[in-house]
Amino acid sequence: MTDESTSPIREAIQSAISENPVILFMKGTPDAPACGFSARTVAALESLDQPFAAVDILPDPRIRQELSAISGWPTIPQLFVDGELVGGCDIVMEMYESGELQQVLGLETPAGSIVGADAPADEPFQGAPLSIENRL
Amino acid sequence: MSVDPTELKQRIEAGIPGARAEVIGDGQHFQAVVRAPAFAGLSRIAQHRLVYDVFGSEVGDRIHALSIKTTAREQPDD
Repeated sequence: MTDESTSPIREAIQSAISENPVILFMKGTPDAPACGFSARTVAALESLDQPFAAVDILPDPRIRQELSAISGWPTIPQLFVDGELVGGCDIVMEMYESGELQQVLGLETPAGSIVGADAPADEPFQGAPLSIENRL
Repeated sequence: MSVDPTELKQRIEAGIPGARAEVIGDGQHFQAVVRAPAFAGLSRIAQHRLVYDVFGSEVGDRIHALSIKTTAREQPDD
């Protein structure tokens, strides 16, 4: 057991959650997911053109321990929007299919009807993966 | 270290009042469909947490992966 109030990993995770409107804690990276559940969640976000920050929990087992202690959620991935846990892969996929995910993300476009013609092509992608372990 | 899906089904049904569960799995990765009146009025997050709470720290460890689908609706079986 680590001292909760002085855990730098916990503080880094909490900062990352509060500083990034959409953040996914996952196994691997968006470009190279290391687990099918993480891969499906990334695919849902990317299909909505939703920029998101991503944290790979694999480099240090303490990241997952501290994350689950903060969120009260035992599994990976975990998607947070505006500081709130939205869910893991099952819930994100259910919400994606029902259109609720788009609502939570503030996107009006329903799934399956994304029109490419008028979409801004130069929108900056803010999803540079964070490296929580580098903050230690 | 294989886990029997029947064990998960029984523990979910014992742990959540009125729950009916169907669980399939390969001994490590499981999919559970759980129906329970206790889910009524709860968010999906809260519903899934009730199921995860049955197993505590076993999820991610002994139970490598547990995929969950929940519904509060009472479904007539006949």
